[in-house]
Amino acid sequence: MNALFVICGIGVFSLLAEIFNLKKWVSLVSIAGLVTAAIILIIVDWRFITYYYNGMVYFDRFALSFTSLIIVISIFWFWMSGDFFRGAAHRTDKSSLVLFSIAGAVMMVSFNNMAMLFLGIEILSISLYVLAGSNKENLFSTEAAFKYFLMGSFATGFLLFGITLVYGATGSFNIPAIADFIAAHATMPRYLYIGILLMMVGLAFKISAVPFHLWAPDVYEGSPTPVTAFMSTIVKIAAFAAFIKIFSVCFVRFDFSLLWLEQGIMVLTLVVANITAVYQGNVKRMLAYSSVGQVGYLLLAFSSDNVNSTGILFYYLTAYAVASITAFTVVQLIETQKGSAAIDNFKGLFKNSPLLAIAMTIAMFSLAGIPPLAGFFGKYLVFTLSISKGFVGLTVVAVLTSLIGVYYYFKPVVMMSQSSDSVIAVSNSQKALLTILIVINLAIGIFPDIIRIL
Amino acid sequence: MNIPIEYYIWLSAILFGIGVLGVLYRRNAIIIFACIELMLNAVNLLMVAFSSYLNDANGQVFVFFIMAVAAAEVAVGLAILVMMYRNTKSVDIDILNRLKG
Repeated sequence: MNALFVICGIGVFSLLAEIFNLKKWVSLVSIAGLVTAAIILIIVDWRFITYYYNGMVYFDRFALSFTSLIIVISIFWFWMSGDFFRGAAHRTDKSSLVLFSIAGAVMMVSFNNMAMLFLGIEILSISLYVLAGSNKENLFSTEAAFKYFLMGSFATGFLLFGITLVYGATGSFNIPAIADFIAAHATMPRYLYIGILLMMVGLAFKISAVPFHLWAPDVYEGSPTPVTAFMSTIVKIAAFAAFIKIFSVCFVRFDFSLLWLEQGIMVLTLVVANITAVYQGNVKRMLAYSSVGQVGYLLLAFSSDNVNSTGILFYYLTAYAVASITAFTVVQLIETQKGSAAIDNFKGLFKNSPLLAIAMTIAMFSLAGIPPLAGFFGKYLVFTLSISKGFVGLTVVAVLTSLIGVYYYFKPVVMMSQSSDSVIAVSNSQKALLTILIVINLAIGIFPDIIRIL
Repeated sequence: MNIPIEYYIWLSAILFGIGVLGVLYRRNAIIIFACIELMLNAVNLLMVAFSSYLNDANGQVFVFFIMAVAAAEVAVGLAILVMMYRNTKSVDIDILNRLKG
């Protein structure tokens, strides 16, 4: 909770920085503030597992772990996106929007009441609609912002209608109260089921699971690359955490009837996203499809055992977020210096900028699930869980689609090893960031236990 | 004078459905905004109906949240629309097809 206050505080500072002419310090202060938030989280918040504000938010181990993951990834994000804030205009506005959407993400993992879920999603999304369109002269950016806005508010409508029907049936917005009510009553009004279904649709839009993923590739491609990195890491973590919390705490009794639905979405997500990703010529768009595809593996673990899979999901999301932010750091450098992230622009990277090439290779291998990287253990844990629960057929589908994944993740790596004489300049801070990310990728792959504390 | 709750549910569901169809079928961005507002207002109506049906004020408080957030959302949405109009001189969403795989 205190960490959330710190994040909001630096958000407000960053809004005011324009007035006091502190623009140069915004990026640095944001990183310092997030580090402070992380320290406060570890020292103060971890000791109290408690409700705040009459049970509106609940910081348990689940919320605290996801909050720390979000904060750590945001620190890396601010580090990688220095260029995004370097432009003359709206520097402070951008950083305060990012900070407020991080606050929204923290609310999405710690809510204990439907109102907080709704507010968290909206705080996160509204800031991101603006950020997606922050490149105002670029038509692609405008188009991305508009599509994201349209799909986001459409999904919010579904989520709200679902919340309303659930409220009408159970008489409460409080998550444990709803769970108790559902556990205590044998028959419930039919509109409760419709409400749960609509909430699932709304949240599926947010985690961009197939068939509600159509906005994702366009929005990811059109937005400025740092914003895309933000969407595919922090937003995905927060949205999936909210999904886990709703369906593993609140509607856990409907486990069996929801299973078919979740598995249907999962198979569609795995097959459609992985096959479409093969045909992409732009690495940014390919990463968008890959981030849709990764949701499929998360859903496989979640639908196999939705109460005890939280640790595995946390590990998988950590591995995915670290690999994905590494990939986007490289993509951003290529895009700013060569004009686009088309796959041909990756040629000659191994020869001319080996650090970038190694970082990209490690990120791609981790996303593809090749040992000893973090992504491999993520997939390994997911597959062993689903096999131990008896979903062999689904696991076979997942393994096959992850083989397709290996093909398209290797494409940039193959491109990088071809020869070309273009040189990409990398600043020292980016070099340090990439080195740290490579080390983390290897460390959580070789010692998975350091993450699996949940 | 006691109207059953089912009537409200059907009314809101129909309004919500009209909103959804509007978003899916209309091509003018401003009409799409209006349809999204219609969806949210269907939710508000049902929320108030449930709230009074259950004798619980929480639902009405939630309606205020929805109204405030919807206002913020529309403010951002209209700003994006103005930006789009400046770039393309049109508010027809069919021109937004430049991003393709």
